[in-house]
Amino acid sequence: MFSIDEMISFLPPLLGGAYITITVSLLSFALAAMIGLMMGIARISRSLLLRAIATPYVQFIRGTPLLLQLFFIYYVLPYSGIVLSPFVSGVMGLTLNYSAYMAEVFRGGILAIPKGQWEAGLSVGMSRKLLMRRIILPQALRIVVPAIGNFFVSIFKDSALVSVITMRDLMFSGQILAAATFKHFEIFAMVAAIYFLISYPTAKLVEYIEARLDISRAQAAAAPAHT
Amino acid sequence: MSLITPVEIAAATTVPVLRLELINKFFSRHQVLRDVTLEVERGEVVCIIGPSGAGKSTLLRCINHLENVDSGTVFFEGAPVYRYQRDGKTVIDPDRRIEKIRSQIGMVFQSFNLFPHLTALGNVIEAPINVRRDPPEEARRQGTAVLTKVGLAAKANSYPHQLSGGQQQRVAIARALAMNPKLMLFDEATSALDPELVGDVLRVMRQLASEGMTMVVVTHEMGFARDVADRVIFMADGAIIEEGDPRQLFTAPVNPRTRQFLQSVLDRNGNTEGAG
Ligand SMILES: Nc1ncnc2c1ncn2[C@@H]1O[C@H](COP(=O)(O)OP(=O)(O)O)[C@@H](O)[C@H]1O
Ligand SMILES: [Mg+2]
Repeated sequence: MFSIDEMISFLPPLLGGAYITITVSLLSFALAAMIGLMMGIARISRSLLLRAIATPYVQFIRGTPLLLQLFFIYYVLPYSGIVLSPFVSGVMGLTLNYSAYMAEVFRGGILAIPKGQWEAGLSVGMSRKLLMRRIILPQALRIVVPAIGNFFVSIFKDSALVSVITMRDLMFSGQILAAATFKHFEIFAMVAAIYFLISYPTAKLVEYIEARLDISRAQAAAAPAHT
Repeated sequence: MSLITPVEIAAATTVPVLRLELINKFFSRHQVLRDVTLEVERGEVVCIIGPSGAGKSTLLRCINHLENVDSGTVFFEGAPVYRYQRDGKTVIDPDRRIEKIRSQIGMVFQSFNLFPHLTALGNVIEAPINVRRDPPEEARRQGTAVLTKVGLAAKANSYPHQLSGGQQQRVAIARALAMNPKLMLFDEATSALDPELVGDVLRVMRQLASEGMTMVVVTHEMGFARDVADRVIFMADGAIIEEGDPRQLFTAPVNPRTRQFLQSVLDRNGNTEGAG
């Protein structure tokens, strides 16, 4: 019943899809991390304007489903004359969505830095901007590595949703192939395997980075404090 | 060091480094500072003592604008700073000027507040490089000299977590000194230290005082205040209750509250010595 030859013939289109999945995920993750960082900082900025932009942004996006956001960008925006390709729409949707969640993580990381760090910096004449860049962020980023790592693992899977706006990612390629050949079992098993082959090493990589940070943190805690 | 001209000497002797004029400060409806007026001359060491909650830390923090005052004026080297009245209008200094003033006022905290991701030397040269824009090489040379001064040249490349509390506090002092401050503020700099480490930090503070550094020191170390201070101020309930020469204030306090406070300190020290 299973034909290896047949399955090998499915491979090129599926790998093509996987390539799109990886591209979309990496691109969205990088953009979301940048925007998320900016929004996270803006959320706790002293500027009312920045807060007035960032707070509703974060809350609105977190309060609506990613699927709906994708539909909105791909199917509704054209009515106002903005027509975007599936790829751009997908990256935009994932970026928007992830940036809002990451903003909250970055914000939490920044708020976790003790007030004394700010005061020490201010007392030697540092501006708030300089302090953020040189003192607060380097410490905050370290704190948020595990949470941001989780986003990195999950974005490869969440990106499957972009198939609903006809982006030819791994999921979409599988669907097309299945519809044409009726080999649902073989194809979706292969799709699952490929997703796993992407996710598993990613998760391991994140675990490895976390462990390294933990080790240096444990060493810090265990360091003998003597004269 | 540049040569000091006669004009500067005249200015130095007439204009106090710091002047606080009728400072009042509230936290919501709770008044924490009441009409505090205080002058600190160049080279003077002023120790502030008083019970916990008296407003000593808040007073120090108003001096470098970590807290803003609700009324009253802070003068630094004769000029009003941060927030003050001019021609009947409230002037709020731009951030730039506030940062400039702060860079000339060193502060040492009870909890050290070293930057944990930077080495001892990194902590010391951070502001010289990024605030004063010293060339890195110059900053490292000066930073190393300041660390040597506090006895920690050998620890330049250690991270804060690799240092004892006393060493961390001395790095914190070096960090403040690296900006060549005109005034140093110490907020219970030895209170968080194990007793055997207090001495190293006090020694550095004594040395600074003897070199002519202008210092405002909030402390529970009565011995230090008695030996080093030019003037001791007793604060309670947000107000200066009594101030004077340390010999006078410690041996013959005028105000009954001062007497009561000094007695309680004596009792406490007596008890711990008895217990230890
Ligand atoms: N950020 C703050 N918010 C509210 N109350 C404060 C704050 N900081 C200090 N206080 C209150 O102000 C009073 C004086 O505090 P502080 O200046 O720390 O006193 P001291 O240093 O003499 O112990 C205390 O009653 C304290 O609880
Ligand atoms: Mg205090």
